[in-house]
Amino acid sequence: MTAIADKTPADPPIIRFEGVHKWFGNFHVLRHIDLDVVRGEKIVICGPSGSGKSTLVRCINQLETHQRGRIVIDGTELTDRLADIHTLRSEIGMVFQSYNLFPHMTVLDNLVVGQHRVRQLPRSEAESIARQHLERVRIADQASKYPGQLSGGQQQRVAIARALCMKPKIMLFDEVTSSLDPEMVKEVLDVIVDLADEGMTMMVVTHEMGFAREVADRIVFMEEGCIVEENKPAAFFNGPASEGGRFFLSQVLHYG
Amino acid sequence: MSATVRKIQPAQPPPVGSGTRISWLKENLFSSLSNTAVTLLLGWFTVHFTLTVIDWALIDAVWHGESADACPRDRGACWAFVTARWQQIIYGQYPGALLWRVHTAFALALVLPFAFRLARGRHQAGIRATVLVILPVMAMLLLSGGILGLEKVPTDQWGGLMLTLVIASIAIVFSIPLGLVLSLARQSRLPALRLVAVGFIEFWRGVPLIVVLFAFVSMLPLFVPEGRNIDILVRTVIAFAIFNSAYMAEVFRGGLQSVPRGQYEAAEAIGLDYWKTMGLVVLPQAIRNSVPALMNTCISIFKETTLVMLIGLSDLLGVIQLSLEDPDWLGPTHIYGSAYLFAALLFFVFTYSMSKYSLRLENRMNVEH
Repeated sequence: MTAIADKTPADPPIIRFEGVHKWFGNFHVLRHIDLDVVRGEKIVICGPSGSGKSTLVRCINQLETHQRGRIVIDGTELTDRLADIHTLRSEIGMVFQSYNLFPHMTVLDNLVVGQHRVRQLPRSEAESIARQHLERVRIADQASKYPGQLSGGQQQRVAIARALCMKPKIMLFDEVTSSLDPEMVKEVLDVIVDLADEGMTMMVVTHEMGFAREVADRIVFMEEGCIVEENKPAAFFNGPASEGGRFFLSQVLHYG
Repeated sequence: MSATVRKIQPAQPPPVGSGTRISWLKENLFSSLSNTAVTLLLGWFTVHFTLTVIDWALIDAVWHGESADACPRDRGACWAFVTARWQQIIYGQYPGALLWRVHTAFALALVLPFAFRLARGRHQAGIRATVLVILPVMAMLLLSGGILGLEKVPTDQWGGLMLTLVIASIAIVFSIPLGLVLSLARQSRLPALRLVAVGFIEFWRGVPLIVVLFAFVSMLPLFVPEGRNIDILVRTVIAFAIFNSAYMAEVFRGGLQSVPRGQYEAAEAIGLDYWKTMGLVVLPQAIRNSVPALMNTCISIFKETTLVMLIGLSDLLGVIQLSLEDPDWLGPTHIYGSAYLFAALLFFVFTYSMSKYSLRLENRMNVEH
């Protein structure tokens, strides 16, 4: 392991993985993960497919449960006895590869439902917050449409706005540009870059290496369920410390 | 190589002559010699068949008469039987002076979907739930009487189309929610619940309805306290509802499976708990996707009600059967043909309306996409 992003020792990590293991049946998908993320830090996770990147991120809001080790989110340890997983999840925004907007609700209702039903905000207040966030992802004019009427890039921006409406402490992005048409990738990444500039704590799984370089405070490189390298982006892209990282970059950047 | 640049071409209308009716006929019915031959042949059959039916059903038909003597010849339909027995076919033995109650109940049933749709605003769900409960209860009270000064009409006097509609609608109304609960239990995380649901569904799906009906009629009294007699119609309706809830459960299971995993994850990721995830996100989509299969099951329930004839209830088909055994109408078998054809037409009117309603429902739900 080489250099790690600067952090103040006094600041406790908002996300802490301690010796986390997970299996899918017999398949050991996460193998002894140790990782600390401080508030406001932007982590980009990369690595070959099947290396456990998505699973790692999905453990943070317990869409996947880990079987050994500890995960502590902002002082709360994630266990299966956790009384209020729903409140915790509502404070962690997540954006998926396949958008996963609710197709039977308008764009506005997609943004309102969580605020109204989980955060218990009155509908009118939820709607005005929703409109602010649609504005922020530059899509305010589509509020009354249904997701099926939008382009992939627009849908993904709505999905980001839906997560932001919940006023999350952490944002998780799981390959959010992988199913987009190439000409729509930028409009989505721009929104995420804006968010990064505002100081949001973020964990981003992505294959967009240019974006990773620009936005990340730290690159986490995974291989076969392990974190094999943590590095500053400049150092990582100029010459990864790990052999796996070097091979990965040579494959990714081959035509890049 | 040097670059080649071309201008964007403006959009043009399609070639003249395509899309008109004449060109459609040419392209689809008379495009080749063999196609033309098939068109003409089928056309001739259609015309011939239609003329024959008109002759039989209208021109040579007998419309009035008191007995089989009215229809001595089999060249035409014997509608005399239907007109003579009209009241029994529609109402069974329901007292003639009280038919207004049947009509009012039927009107209430017709009003229900409109009242349901017109419910708007803040209390929409409440109004809908009330309408959904109050109107059917009122209709049932009107039919059975015995309270509010309404004269009691025992269910053994109910019959005909009215009885068919009562059994089918109660069976449908109860089997849908029961089926939904079963389908949710079937995909529950609790193995015990899952096991019970699977057992229930597989059992009721695995036995013939007629066996269930016979069993309920003869065995249900064993399970209720001494001295209390459960009405045979009530037993029948319970049997229908339980039996069909197993089918409904499978219909909803199909609908639930059509909702992608990502929808559950997105709902959970914003903090919705199980019930909110199901109620706000999953079920609205699952139910919408279930509508065609749901209506299919409803139509099949409606037709299956004819089996109650075998346990002594006089539904539409039962009344016709009984009336045909009346000495007045014993005679030439062609009367049977007319009578059953009429029954078939009546059934078709209802099932076809259900199928049309289902299409409208699908279209209305699809607008939201």
